[in-house]
Amino acid sequence: MNSRINTLRAKTREKEVTLSHERAELVTDFYGIYSAMGESIPVQRALCLKHILENKTIYIEDDELIVGERGPEPKAVPTYPEICLHSLEDLEILDSRPKVAYKVSKETRRIYREKIIPFWKGRTIREKIFSAMADPWIDSFHAGIFTEFQEQRSPGHTAGGDLIYRKGFLDLKSDIRQCLGRLDFFEDHKALEKQDVLKSLNIAADALISFASRHADELDRLAATEKDSSRKAEFQAMAAVCRRVPAHKPETFHEALQYYWFLHVGIITELNPWDAYNPGRFDQNLYPFYKQDIENGTITPEQAKELLSCFWIKFHNHPAPPKVGVTAKESNTYVDFCLINLGGVTPDNKDGVNELTYLVLDVIEEMRLLQPSSMIQVSRKNPDRFIKRALKIIETGFGQPSVFNTDAIVQEMALQGKSVEDARLAGASGCVEAGVFGKESYILTGYFNLPKILEITLHNGWDPRTKKQIGLKTGDPKSFQTFDGLFDAYKRQLEYFVDIKIKGSNIIEQINAAHMPVPLLSLVTEDCIDNAKDYNQGGARYNTSYIQGVGIGTLTDCFSSLKYHVYDQRQMSMEKLLNALEKDFSGEDILHHQLNKAPHYGNDDDFADNILKLVFRAFHGAVTGRPNAKGGVYRIDLLPTTCHVYFGEITGALPDGRKAGIPVSEGISPVQGRDICGPTAVLKSAAKIDHLKTGGTLLNQKFLPELLKDEKGRQAVVHLIRSYFKMDGHHIQFNVVDEKTLRDAQKNPRDHRDLIVRVAGYSDYFVDLTEALQEEIIQRTTHHTY
Amino acid sequence: MPGKTSPEDMDMMVAGLMEEIEKDMIFYDDSGGGVTFSGGEPLSQPLLLFRLLARCREKEIHTGLDTSGYAETELLLNAAEKTDLILYDLKLVHETAHEALTGKPGFPVLNNLKQLSDRKANVNIRFPLVPQMTDTKENISNVISFLVNHTLFRDIHILPFHRAGEGKYAVLKMKNHMKDIDPPSPERVAKVQEQFESHGFNVTIGG
Repeated sequence: MNSRINTLRAKTREKEVTLSHERAELVTDFYGIYSAMGESIPVQRALCLKHILENKTIYIEDDELIVGERGPEPKAVPTYPEICLHSLEDLEILDSRPKVAYKVSKETRRIYREKIIPFWKGRTIREKIFSAMADPWIDSFHAGIFTEFQEQRSPGHTAGGDLIYRKGFLDLKSDIRQCLGRLDFFEDHKALEKQDVLKSLNIAADALISFASRHADELDRLAATEKDSSRKAEFQAMAAVCRRVPAHKPETFHEALQYYWFLHVGIITELNPWDAYNPGRFDQNLYPFYKQDIENGTITPEQAKELLSCFWIKFHNHPAPPKVGVTAKESNTYVDFCLINLGGVTPDNKDGVNELTYLVLDVIEEMRLLQPSSMIQVSRKNPDRFIKRALKIIETGFGQPSVFNTDAIVQEMALQGKSVEDARLAGASGCVEAGVFGKESYILTGYFNLPKILEITLHNGWDPRTKKQIGLKTGDPKSFQTFDGLFDAYKRQLEYFVDIKIKGSNIIEQINAAHMPVPLLSLVTEDCIDNAKDYNQGGARYNTSYIQGVGIGTLTDCFSSLKYHVYDQRQMSMEKLLNALEKDFSGEDILHHQLNKAPHYGNDDDFADNILKLVFRAFHGAVTGRPNAKGGVYRIDLLPTTCHVYFGEITGALPDGRKAGIPVSEGISPVQGRDICGPTAVLKSAAKIDHLKTGGTLLNQKFLPELLKDEKGRQAVVHLIRSYFKMDGHHIQFNVVDEKTLRDAQKNPRDHRDLIVRVAGYSDYFVDLTEALQEEIIQRTTHHTY
Repeated sequence: MPGKTSPEDMDMMVAGLMEEIEKDMIFYDDSGGGVTFSGGEPLSQPLLLFRLLARCREKEIHTGLDTSGYAETELLLNAAEKTDLILYDLKLVHETAHEALTGKPGFPVLNNLKQLSDRKANVNIRFPLVPQMTDTKENISNVISFLVNHTLFRDIHILPFHRAGEGKYAVLKMKNHMKDIDPPSPERVAKVQEQFESHGFNVTIGG
């Protein structure tokens, strides 16, 4: 890392996160003063973006090479009052909470009090959503059956494709002109609506071009007064880049990076789409520019690396927008889930790993930044060397990159009816969600609490926490004579709540289609121009809505326990079990201990794993193929982010022995500490889920850095990954365990039964070792801890 | 135990163990791994062992046999033919010291190893490096000269003594005779490795 990058990196890491009112004030001014009331909503939205980009502060950091900030300075995070409005109390909490704080100045509070709150109260999308939802939705939401992504952020969850590397915005404007010319006002009764959308896209293109020229002007101004001749030359070169992109197709590596970055800033300024935006298949999109510059001798690998490092720092300058309401008290995260994809296959199905891939991996290792996140796509076609290079980074223990199965993703996409070429351009964004980059809107609608629905079923539709009848009356659980009878009741409850969720989401999609079009995001998402339809109206080539199931491991163990104890062995009556659950097992130590005897998911035991399949089929069947409001369908993902903690908090004691309030299982990982047959058994169990029928699953594995330290260890992990992927596993991530976790395992061994450590030429469960040996292992780990 | 097992029980045992072994089949294909029979001494349960070895060969599962070498020669050679890799413990090359330490004479262990070499079996030597016991100047030079003069085996794993088992003694309420022995230092292990390497051995530490 050279001194420029070292300084920039230190700056972005040390800089305090602040909440900026700049965007909120510009939006308020636009709607309150300048807004062309006669214009259509899409045109108004585009003009609003233009107003922001033409008036916001232009910030250029000393020594940086890639320019463009969403806020008036780095890590100054804007708000989006048209989507959701922060109250003064929210601002107070954000400012003062101990973790993941956003500092709020007095000036910002004043402007919020005097201008922003009075104007937006009652007019936000969030309020529109809550007032449009029927009682069952509101009750389920408050009971913690599901969450709703769109209540605080606009629909997003999409990544950039290869379009911008083929076309400049002037080319896109000419495409728009052609489409405008083709509008048929005789036959097409939607022609006017389409005209408005195309107009809005055109304005958005101008808005971003003018944002870039404002940077060019500022860089010229800086160049004129700069004393240092080499920085002066840099300013001049950067100004030239900003005059070319995004107006024109990029011609150099530098232009390609700057083009993407302007677009990224534009899209996350337009609105606050979930999971920000994403450069998609990064190494593949950028490689032609890199290769050409290297061949022409206009760039060296070192210079390319410097530009990439500057690009990385820009992501780190942009923490996620702060939440509002009760959730502001939770610590949350600054991470905005932008996920860099590396490797995988090319559109003609060849090995997609190239020299740039390895250069980017070097950058990831050196930068060690929380943002952007990174992942490798592993196909049969990719070499082991590529995986081993990534494992060396994983070994350093900062949770990146995660590992995805390209061959599974391609099949998932093709099974959804996408063209094979598009499927090969797919990847994962956010946590693990698969989609066709640049051509698909695959929005997540919310997490879905699978174990909570069992709690509701066992109470005949009643929620003990909110004390309301929120579910169906599926019968007194003591009356079920067979396991099938019980499972059938669960299925009916599940379908009932899925209906509520889907109905709500369809209304929300229509609200966003009508009130919150996104002209800039639409401009760069194929085929919005051809369809003359906004991204939020279903203009993209593919439109998928996902519901993310949480706690499938916990739910499987619950049903396994019920089947084993109540229906098969018959040594425990339903009444006795329910009674113990009511008391959260207090005074029921023997029964609580007995529950452990049932087979658990994660041990390659078919008794439990067959139940897993049953549960998966029920959830998949209830959701997949239901139409959404954008011409696409609903599908499922199995991932939790951190929602398994919240879902655990609001769920009472469960039949697997889990006590009230404890987190439910995360992703498709087994319940913490219940997998006791080693990693191959976990992978076998996890692979019994039909991954190809999902849009993403998340599996966590824990390792000590030691395992990955030598070639032999890394090769063993490569084999493990290849085997899991051969079984169609979608994703696996290796959490290299740190000292804190090991200390916690010493204190709470029961929570860490699954923690495997390399002892001496063999591996053993950490909690089984003597204290002295545990100490020795902790010593070995600590010098690796970041 | 095998003597008292009925044929039906034996069938069930074989079926049950094969089911466990086959569960990880997909991993064997990628890693070239397979199943290793260890113990105790697997050769002390020959009936079960031979049936499992035969079944694994049918299924093309790679097999390893971890043995102390203290077994009837014919039995061992027969097993070697049915096994892909033999992991052979070589502790002490000294007749009285071997008997004093292990309670069994050392000659059969050495003779068996020589016989395996004559038949060109695939063998990895495993040499536990235990301070005061196997880690003596004399023993190491004996081990080297025996292997060099009497066998073709040049792949050796040095297994440095460790204390990972301490907790298990306590759980099983057994006396730990090794309580006061310290693991060899990394420098010492490196020195022994060098010594083997200077005689043309291919050395792995641990494993």
